[in-house]
This record gives sequence, C-alpha cells and structure tokens, in this order.
Amino acid sequence: MESSRWRLAGLSIAVAIATFLVTLLLTNIFQRKQEAQQAYLPLVRLSEDTVDPAEWGKNFPRQYDGYKRTVDTERTRYGGSEAFQKLDTDPRLRRIFEGYAFSLDYREERGHAYSLKDQDETERTKKKVQPGSCLHCHASAVPAWRKLGGGDIMKGFELMCAMPFQEARKLVDHPVTCLDCHDPKTMALRVTRPGFIRGISAVKKSQGVDNYDPNAMATHQEMRSYVCGQCHVEYYFAGDKKIVTYPWAKGLKVEEVESYYDEVKFSDWKHAETGASVLKAQHPEFEMWSQGVHARSGVACADCHMPYMRQGALKVSDHHVRSPLLNIERACLTCHPFSAQEMKLRAETIQERNAKLLARAEDALVQLFDEIKAARNAGATDEQLQESLRLQRTAQFRCDFVNAENSMGFHAPQEAARILGEAIDYARQGQVAAARFHSAPVKRTSARSAF
Amino acid sequence: MITRSNRYQVYALSGLIGLLVGLGAYTFQFAQGLSYFSNDPNACANCHIMREHLASWQKSSHHTRAVCNDCHMPHQLLPKLLTKADNGWNHSVKFTLQNYGDPIRIRPANAERTHENCIRCHLDLVSDIRSLPAHSRTQDVDCVHCHAGVGHGPRR
Repeated sequence: MESSRWRLAGLSIAVAIATFLVTLLLTNIFQRKQEAQQAYLPLVRLSEDTVDPAEWGKNFPRQYDGYKRTVDTERTRYGGSEAFQKLDTDPRLRRIFEGYAFSLDYREERGHAYSLKDQDETERTKKKVQPGSCLHCHASAVPAWRKLGGGDIMKGFELMCAMPFQEARKLVDHPVTCLDCHDPKTMALRVTRPGFIRGISAVKKSQGVDNYDPNAMATHQEMRSYVCGQCHVEYYFAGDKKIVTYPWAKGLKVEEVESYYDEVKFSDWKHAETGASVLKAQHPEFEMWSQGVHARSGVACADCHMPYMRQGALKVSDHHVRSPLLNIERACLTCHPFSAQEMKLRAETIQERNAKLLARAEDALVQLFDEIKAARNAGATDEQLQESLRLQRTAQFRCDFVNAENSMGFHAPQEAARILGEAIDYARQGQVAAARFHSAPVKRTSARSAF
Repeated sequence: MITRSNRYQVYALSGLIGLLVGLGAYTFQFAQGLSYFSNDPNACANCHIMREHLASWQKSSHHTRAVCNDCHMPHQLLPKLLTKADNGWNHSVKFTLQNYGDPIRIRPANAERTHENCIRCHLDLVSDIRSLPAHSRTQDVDCVHCHAGVGHGPRR
C-alpha cells in the first residue's frame, strides 16, 4: 500500500509538471501568433517635436533597444566604435594635419548615441572656435531650426550655422534620433538634413534631373542609403555664414569634388609646414559606397549596417548601427552563401591591401613635405613652388579621402586603390618639381610600415 | 490494488490527467498540429519565420507544379513521416526557445534530399550532365548552386 501511494504521488507530480509545460507552450504559441498579427502598438502620440528617442521607444521598443545599444564600443581591425586616438596609431597624421584642429585631436568616432557627446568633448571644439554648423549632424536639430527660423526650417538652419558652437549647443539636447530619419506620423523614411537635401539635388542636376526632391522622388531602397548619406559624407562650411554644404555639384567622385573646391576656391587651412592651401576630407562614406559594386547591385547602407533580424515572429531592422564585421552572419550571409569566417577574411583582405597602399601614400606625402622644406631652405619662392604646392593639395586630398572614409577601402575597393595610386603619383611628381630648386641631399623621413 | 483510502487520490489524479489531455489537445489544435500531416504549403509558414519563403514560392516558376513537400520531403510514406518528425522537432524546439542561427540555412542532409528531388522530376533533362565523368553519381553538381531562385526567394 505504501508503494502504490508513492507511485500515485509521483504520477501526480509528473502530470502537474507536464501540464505546466504544455500551458507554457500554449502561451508561447499564443504570443508568437499575436506578434505575427500586430507589429506595432501605438502607446504615445509622436509629433514633429518629439525629439526624445525614449518616447518613440514606447511605441517601438525593439528598434529603440537597438538604438540604445549604439553606446557599445568595440574595435575592429581598422575602425569600429572605440574612440582610439588616430594621431597615436598613425603619427604621420600629426604632420599631415599640421596647423589644423585635426592635429590636436583625431579620435575614431563612436556610435550614434555619442554623436553629440563626442562633439562636446573633442579638443577641436574645446581649443578652437567652431560654428553652430557642426550641429547639422551631431544633434537632432530640426525642431530647434524650426523654432529659430520662426517656422522656416531652412532659415533656422542657416541662422544656427552662423552662431558660435557653444551658443548653438544650448538649443539642442539629443544626438542623432528617430525623428531625423522617420516621419513621426507614418514612420516612412525621410531625409531632414538641409545639406543633404540640397546636395543630392545638385548631384541629380549634374545628371540632368532638375528640382530633385528625395522625400518625394526616391524609392524606399534609395532612402535606406540616403538617410545615412545625410551625414556620412564630405562637406564644407560655405562662406562667412558657415552654411553646411556638400560639394557635389559636379558629381560624387573624388576628382569631381576636388574640381568643385578648386572652382569655388575653397581650402580648409594653410598647411603649417609647407604653406600649401589644403583640403581635409571628412568622412565620404556615401560617396565612396556609390562607386562600389554593392551600390551598383542596389545594396543599401542599411542592408549591411542595419540588417534585418528575427525577433520572435517579427522581422525588424537592427537599429544597433555598427560595423558589419561585428555582425557578419546577418550583414553578409543574407546574400553571400559562404561561412562567416570566409566573409570576414574577404573583407579584411580588401582592407589590408588598401591599408598598405594608404601607408605608402602617406609616406609619399610626408616625403613631399621634406622636399618642399628643403627647397624653401634653399631659397625657393612660393611662385617657384606653386606646382609642388598644388600637387600636395591634390595628393593630400586623395590620401585623406580614403583615410577619413570609414571602411579602409571596403565600400569601393578598386576606387579606393585608384585614388591612393593617384595620391602616390601626385606626391612623387610634387617631389620632382621641388627637387629642381635645391641641390642639398634631403633628409627624408623614413617610410613607416603599415599601421 | 486500489483501496478505499486512496480512492479519492485516484479520482484527483484522473482529473489531473484529464486536464492535461484536454489542454494538450487544445494546444495541438491551437498550434494547427494536424496541418503538419498535410501537403499544404501554408503549414510550413505556421511558425511565421518561413513567410518570406512561402511568399516568394508563390511567385516562383515551380509554384504551379511543386509544393514545399515535393522538393523538401522524401516521397515514400514512412521516410516522409520520419523526416517530418525529425525536422518538426528541430524547428519547434528552436523556434520556441528562440535559439537558432540567422540567416536560416538548410542542413546538408536536407539539401541532399532537395537535390535528389530535382533529379526525380528532371532526370531526362540532366542524365547527360550526370553521365560526364566529372559529374558522376558521387559528385553531382548541385542544381540550385546555379538555379538558385527556381523554388523560392533568398537561398542562403
């Protein structure tokens, strides 16, 4: 009797556990079915003035969760999101940027969540006077522009550009936010940055399309790159009012951008060592990508940097924007039927080849500085050195176009190599042109190996 | 032997078992369990994550002639049921516990069976290719390596 009682008790417990598990399974299936039916539960009303991403996060918790994770810092071989000092990893850059704010501080940029903080903290805004133009991209500024311009966003934008940075900074609170890329009513992708809206219109005009409006005329897939191209581009501050302008009127290639700058007679600064009027490329990711095979195949920035991922029964795009090298499975394998290891090897091979070329280009540039200095010491005038100084400008811009572009050539491998090949050639031509004016042996900076 | 003293316990246990059976039956019905014994392609998208495959199959060249099972399952009853059980178990465990690789990729054994099913229908067309020494029976060229989109959308 004792044993049958124990058996009964054991059986009861087993049945209870089984019932517990079946109920768990039932609710799990129910939850997945719910997810599949309704992807979006509007809890708060969003408007053009809802800058705080946390508010958007109440309606879109999955996307907000990804956005918050952009605080993660993780280094890849050549970049990533950790704020390492590039001036230390590549000391040539101190000479290349001599006389310019980038010789004070050139840290790798961190994730979206830091875009405003990084700008507050860089020595470039602390030790040098910068305009409010920086906030065009470093902050979510549309509502502030609207307020400043009395309802006119473009007017407010131009007013803010002309303000000193510290003063303009008081008008904004958030780094890049939801509002910058999404319409709060429909969630449709949109571009809001005036520099891009005018810039892409200029590109299209150069291709024969007048009055191009990306928000009205671009396809959804184009918008998945345009929203990124709002900021990840080459730009300059035009005129005394420091209007953020994208130099795209002749096209997106490096020589087209350069020829635009030559035409409007723009230089970022006068190189302290040689006296050349030179340009600093910013971060022309959009321009470089547009010359590559991925762009050619219709692959958008978001396809690799914000790939779709499955969460329960849902498919969401990953708002933890980061290097695809940190997310190879989703970023690459969705299209490429190979292993993650193989794809990483391919990407890093491309990067390594470009890094080696870049190192040679920087060596050539620094040795051009040596040559120009030797010519100056021998009494060569600005006029005599005109050709060398012009070649320095053109070589230096090409070198920097690849260096500042955050993919170490990956966004368009052959284009990056072409640009670096030209940079090396122009720098050596500049040396030859300067060598005529002195006979002393030049103490050339010895070439460094790659990074 | 059931004695008077534990009769009530037996009643209680029977009740519990009844509850489990009922709940289990309802869960099975709620999860459309019977559909998995059918050939209906919609059953494959029951767990939602196969929706893009189902949607793209509907636009593919094969959708008028072949459903999921025609390409992905063996065609004899017992092997078919066993294959369904094997994959069904894997899929439900992984989907319920949400631990699977993304993007989803076909397992080698399943890929091989799919390849056999290509040949099952297209043997007349491919027998010449297969007779080449380099493409012997042991070294078939994988049909979908080139014909990637014939069944359904993204093949990964």
